[in-house]
Amino acid sequence: MIKRSFFKSKYIPYLLILPQLLITLTFFYWPAIQGLIQSFLLSDPFGRRSTFVWFYNYIELFTDPLYLKSIMITLIFSVLVAGVSLFLGLFIATMANRALKAKAVVRTLLIWPYAVAPAISGILWLFLLHPSYGIVALGIKNWLGIDWNPVLKGSDAMIMVTLASAWKQISYNFVFFVAGMQAIPKSLIEAAAIDGASPLRRFWSITFPLLSPTFFFLSVMNIIYSFFETFGIIHTVTQGGPGGSTNIMVYKVYQDGFVGLNMGASSAQSVVLMSLIILITVIQFKFVEKKVQYTG
Amino acid sequence: MEMRKSLILAIVGICLIFPASTFAKPVTINWWHAMRSARGKVVDTMIEKFNASQSDYVVVGTNKGNYDETMNAGVAAFRAKKQPHLLQVFEVGTQTMMLSGAIYPVHELMAKAGFDIDWDNYLQAVLSYYMNADGKLMSMPFNSSTPIMYYNVDMLKTAGIVPLSKSEPITWDQLGEITKKLVDQGIAPAGMVTAWQSWTQIENYSAIHNLEFADKANGYKGLDCELKINNSKVVDHIRRLKTWISDKRFMYGGQKYQGPKAEFIAQNAAFYIDSISGIAKLKKAVNDFTWDAAPLPVEVWMKTPQNSIIGGASLWVLQGHSKKEYKGVATFLKFLASNEMQEYWHKETGYFPITLNAYDDLKSKGYYTENPLQEVGIKQLNRAVPTEISRGLRLGYFVQIRNIINEELEQVWNGDKTPQEAMDNAVARSNIQLRTFEKTYK
Repeated sequence: MIKRSFFKSKYIPYLLILPQLLITLTFFYWPAIQGLIQSFLLSDPFGRRSTFVWFYNYIELFTDPLYLKSIMITLIFSVLVAGVSLFLGLFIATMANRALKAKAVVRTLLIWPYAVAPAISGILWLFLLHPSYGIVALGIKNWLGIDWNPVLKGSDAMIMVTLASAWKQISYNFVFFVAGMQAIPKSLIEAAAIDGASPLRRFWSITFPLLSPTFFFLSVMNIIYSFFETFGIIHTVTQGGPGGSTNIMVYKVYQDGFVGLNMGASSAQSVVLMSLIILITVIQFKFVEKKVQYTG
Repeated sequence: MEMRKSLILAIVGICLIFPASTFAKPVTINWWHAMRSARGKVVDTMIEKFNASQSDYVVVGTNKGNYDETMNAGVAAFRAKKQPHLLQVFEVGTQTMMLSGAIYPVHELMAKAGFDIDWDNYLQAVLSYYMNADGKLMSMPFNSSTPIMYYNVDMLKTAGIVPLSKSEPITWDQLGEITKKLVDQGIAPAGMVTAWQSWTQIENYSAIHNLEFADKANGYKGLDCELKINNSKVVDHIRRLKTWISDKRFMYGGQKYQGPKAEFIAQNAAFYIDSISGIAKLKKAVNDFTWDAAPLPVEVWMKTPQNSIIGGASLWVLQGHSKKEYKGVATFLKFLASNEMQEYWHKETGYFPITLNAYDDLKSKGYYTENPLQEVGIKQLNRAVPTEISRGLRLGYFVQIRNIINEELEQVWNGDKTPQEAMDNAVARSNIQLRTFEKTYK
């Protein structure tokens, strides 16, 4: 017999979700609507004058070749970060899952980088890879003879911020992949092994399909991470440079709004950014999710 | 009835706890600033001294983070009607503050408070940055610096070059010859590095050579100004630096100061252009070679170089406070401008003393014979009467403009654009920003 409890009053459920609703309204919808309104205004930072300018801010944005470039940079960056961190996260998880000794210790150590704040991660990588004082950078320049210069070369800078961003996210992906792998019945893999399937074959035919819900979830999370949370890394490592080559959208929002105090342009960019991330997530759910197998 | 009784009791209680002296409490003046660590301590000491010197006012200083954060805190507070009396704002925010309608001009504040200030006694190149088109002071200069050129004395000696003068600038051509010698003889891996490239290589270069940065007197005379930095002189300068990159006489170390400073300290570059605030940093960090400083180089054709321009921040008085409080603000600003405070500030931080009086006093005490480095910047700043062009820059969205210049310059350094293309582009992009700014304030 299943025990069910019912609320007598019709209102209690609403009352119970009210706090959460209020928090969402105040901290998400209200600012979002404010941003939307602001994007149609030209106003001074002190809020003493503002003019309604229709789509002026948007027109300025989309006629600015650099903004279009910033969108491209963001897309490339997020694909790189998500790709690298998903691949390495999965690879390390597979290896760690096979570890025989000190499994718990290995896992704990691998999870640690996730506890590092993005800004700190940026600083750490800067200390390794800065052409003037980075230890690894000196090695690359002196021993490998590569002219490594992220201060001047856009592609090098992109590699540096991608590494710093992906490094942190690998741990996050790792946790989910390990958890996902542990949920896969051993018997399936053993049966395949008895049938003579190689480890690689077992991975592709059994483990990976069964991990696909995790993989899908993580791909969405990683894209969102690379769109927003990498702010701290960009801020500490390149500030969007050199020549705007790592100026991802969220950083441009900050630069124009927070530093440059151009509220209208910044709000318009936020709206574009929000729309873009909604679009990407919808696409992911519409097309990618169809390939996901939620049941074994 | 019971309720009312307890209410009365509570009121009586409160009156007992806070006796009448509460009402004669000194007036609190809030000052939000961006000075942290060592400089923050100096600021705290100055505030303590002011509070101890009189009993009518109490200044409370609060650090609100870096320059951007402090300005944002001020903006947000003003919108919430909880603004401080004094707000420290960096020089690029000057135009925004001036037009904000949220400020109480300093010249007016001082006059209303009954203080007769002799503005001629102030360093004009500093004051002029914060004056309006009519020459009225809008905000009180606080921390002001200017770029100078540091160099590695040992490297120059090895090459047989005599140390440079601290007051007479060398020419850019001379710098080119010296750096060529140093690089060719393998004494220095690279010739020069520069921090804050927009500020040192374009803004100051233009001021020193009396070249318009923007028309309408660098924006002082109207919001409808346009950038002029794609003129042949600036473009030639950038072209020269680009050539120098190819033969290692110039090396790009990043937009801010950390990278360039690291190159100079590691002896990867013989010359290093940065703000005078670098003096303290280098003193702390360099111990394996001797270094010195000289004024920024000038072009051969510039017989009487103009003053360089300043960077740093000033103190803005915000509206919405009582007359009594403003009197306190004025008293505090006057106190800050006193010789004692200016000398203390200058000695501790390396920022300029803002009055000639304090400067002369330090001179007579022999401070500059002991610390000749500290005088390089002042002399460069004071060597000419500021013209309409060299007195400063008054541009809207200046932060964005500096960003644009940085981006375009980086594309010259990495070979994506020619100097002319980059400067044309910088002008075109900046003008769009200026037009948006103009539209906002129309």
